[in-house]
Amino acid sequence: MGIGSINDDYGEKYGFHVSEKAVFRSPKGLNEEVIRELSAKKGEPRWMLDFRLNAFKIFLVKQMPSWGADLSQIDFDKITYYLKPSEESAKRWEDVPEHIKKTFDRLGVPEAERKFLGGVGAQFESESVYHKLRDDLSEKGVIFTDMDSALKDHPELVKKYLSTLVPTSDNKFAALNSAVWSGGSFIYVPPGVKVEVPLQAYFRINAKNMGQFERTLIIVDKGAEVHYIEGCTAPVYSTDSLHAAVVEVFALEGAKVRYTTIQNWSGDVYNLVTKRAIAHENAIVEWVDGNLGSRTTMKYPSVVLKGANSRADVLSIAFAGRGQHQDAGAKIIHLAPGTTSRIISKSIAKDGGRTSYRGLVKVCEGANSVKASVRCDALLLDDKSRSDTYPTMQVEEEDATVCHEATVGKIGEEQLFYLMQRGLKEEEAMALIVLGFISEFTKALPLEYSIELNKLIELEMEGSVG
Amino acid sequence: MGFEEAMKILDQYDEGVPPRTIKDLGCGCGCKDEDSRKKCPRRAVLAVKNLHVSVHGKEVLKGVDLTVRQGEVHVLMGPNGAGKSTLAMAIAGHPAYEISKGTVTLNSKNVLGLEPDERARLGIFLAFQNPQEIDINLGTFLFHLYKARYGKDAKAADFNRDLNASLKALKLDRAFIDRQLNVGFSGGEKKKVEMLQLLLTKPAFAIFDETDSGLDIDALRVVRDAFNKIRGPCLGVILITHLPKHASKMEPDSVHIMMNGAITQTDGPALIDKIEKEGYGEVKLKVV
Repeated sequence: MGIGSINDDYGEKYGFHVSEKAVFRSPKGLNEEVIRELSAKKGEPRWMLDFRLNAFKIFLVKQMPSWGADLSQIDFDKITYYLKPSEESAKRWEDVPEHIKKTFDRLGVPEAERKFLGGVGAQFESESVYHKLRDDLSEKGVIFTDMDSALKDHPELVKKYLSTLVPTSDNKFAALNSAVWSGGSFIYVPPGVKVEVPLQAYFRINAKNMGQFERTLIIVDKGAEVHYIEGCTAPVYSTDSLHAAVVEVFALEGAKVRYTTIQNWSGDVYNLVTKRAIAHENAIVEWVDGNLGSRTTMKYPSVVLKGANSRADVLSIAFAGRGQHQDAGAKIIHLAPGTTSRIISKSIAKDGGRTSYRGLVKVCEGANSVKASVRCDALLLDDKSRSDTYPTMQVEEEDATVCHEATVGKIGEEQLFYLMQRGLKEEEAMALIVLGFISEFTKALPLEYSIELNKLIELEMEGSVG
Repeated sequence: MGFEEAMKILDQYDEGVPPRTIKDLGCGCGCKDEDSRKKCPRRAVLAVKNLHVSVHGKEVLKGVDLTVRQGEVHVLMGPNGAGKSTLAMAIAGHPAYEISKGTVTLNSKNVLGLEPDERARLGIFLAFQNPQEIDINLGTFLFHLYKARYGKDAKAADFNRDLNASLKALKLDRAFIDRQLNVGFSGGEKKKVEMLQLLLTKPAFAIFDETDSGLDIDALRVVRDAFNKIRGPCLGVILITHLPKHASKMEPDSVHIMMNGAITQTDGPALIDKIEKEGYGEVKLKVV
């Protein structure tokens, strides 16, 4: 099998598209008119329109980030900013329009819901097309819906939290998202409620040159727990799509939240996402972040440790093949005493792909007895590929324990020989070594996903030996 | 993900599929009892002829000849640096070992042009002196190895049955396979993992490169018991060892002494006693 076969398989598995049957589509490009129309279509309150228009002004003046991946090819005028695929979000699969249902059937969504999820959301282009939460969870007061519905049904919660963690002016893409956001998940878990099964949202871009700008808001109240998973795929087109999401996670006192992403966008998607969480006293925030797809990803899940003894854990993998640049990492801000953080980042580059770890650990004045550790390991599968590490440490308290370890390695010849002596083909042997390399990450996933991920990696490795 | 959980899932996929009876890939000669197998004309032959091997430009093997039939146990002894491990690596196909002359054939087919994995799938197994530590789940690894040996369609149920039998033979707990391959294992555990793989893949030929080194008495006994379980008309063995006692307990058919890159003497088990009494130096003098 040749290298090209990787994309062939993506095409079959995720890269298909269904014919477009949008009920509304904005003209390409962005201006105030597009935003006004979008907001009107959604029937939004005045404050939200103002929020959007203000964000648009900020977007126009904000510079493109110049310190990370190459974004010079993005043409904001060629993107469709809003595409409404159906009239409303359904509560039963039967009510989802046929062509959209077909897509999610092929991605195995209904099956996963039946088997092991507590709730499922599905977004197609700009809008949520399906949302369902298990009855027992909604009886406990858990809210899991799309952001547009949340704005209608729970405006007080949205108004209280939205954009308080990621201000509109945070960066150009956060501003863009604030101007044109549509869809995304809204989760509220009441005090003390522990959601034992994961809630999952699927994000699917179907149309060409599409921009998907979902906005996700997760509020986990005192002592509550939740695990949210998002999966992202798109068809393979020759022209670029843009995914610029903003995610804000609030873990109140003693809350625990895990946010898992398996990003497998096709190789023509710019994935520029701002993800940030805040942890109050004794709260735990875990980002489990898998980056397999996209053309370019810039994503640095962050945690602000605001409350004493709160904890942050960021576990991420990045896999960059031909033409891909995964610029990922994590940011932890220690504001309070007794806070701990751990960052583990594993990256793999092959066929000229490039991975970068970009991270920040900041221990602020007054945050005593902080423990922070960063480990980033890179595995290069050939000489054409590249890996860089850009760690930043700012420590303003003397009693902080901060450690950073970084390794860059190649697959050992002796390991490869050992596995091949047992009858494994070179590419199988390499795949096993890669799977071992990321096993800390895989272990953090629900079983079904870890199996799926292992399969994906094995596919990626096929044909990697010339 | 724990391995046991993964197997449960795999079992679900297999539900309703009856376990496949795995063909005896050891030789598949079809002979019914040991006696007829021993005389079987279809026994495989691994032959090393006039083999010259260099490592980093230095010639280590200078014309080795050795012929092993399935069912035979050959002991290879000799001082450090004589080239015993080099022979093992060259037969298995390690890329750093350059063959300048000679052949290694399996049933008259030259295997020197084949990749290590192709040789392995033909039934050549090397039990390493220093097995690699690799950060992969042992159970997952064994399942991959099993599929490489018996075909991609090998079922989880077949694997489980064979795995349990192999674990039992080595007095290993099922929990053992939930560890990472050789990572942090004691010397004895590593050797047991080698034996476990051997039992699971039933090769036609096995080369033991000092599998007995670094073992305590108990581990040595377990490895030896396992060895006795698998030896038989379907397995040809090259046993590299430094321990005369261990060598004679293996009841070999032939004993070879390797010196300075060549086999200098071949005889029956009596040669082991001679080595024990006189050392290699004396033996060599007599040859000269």
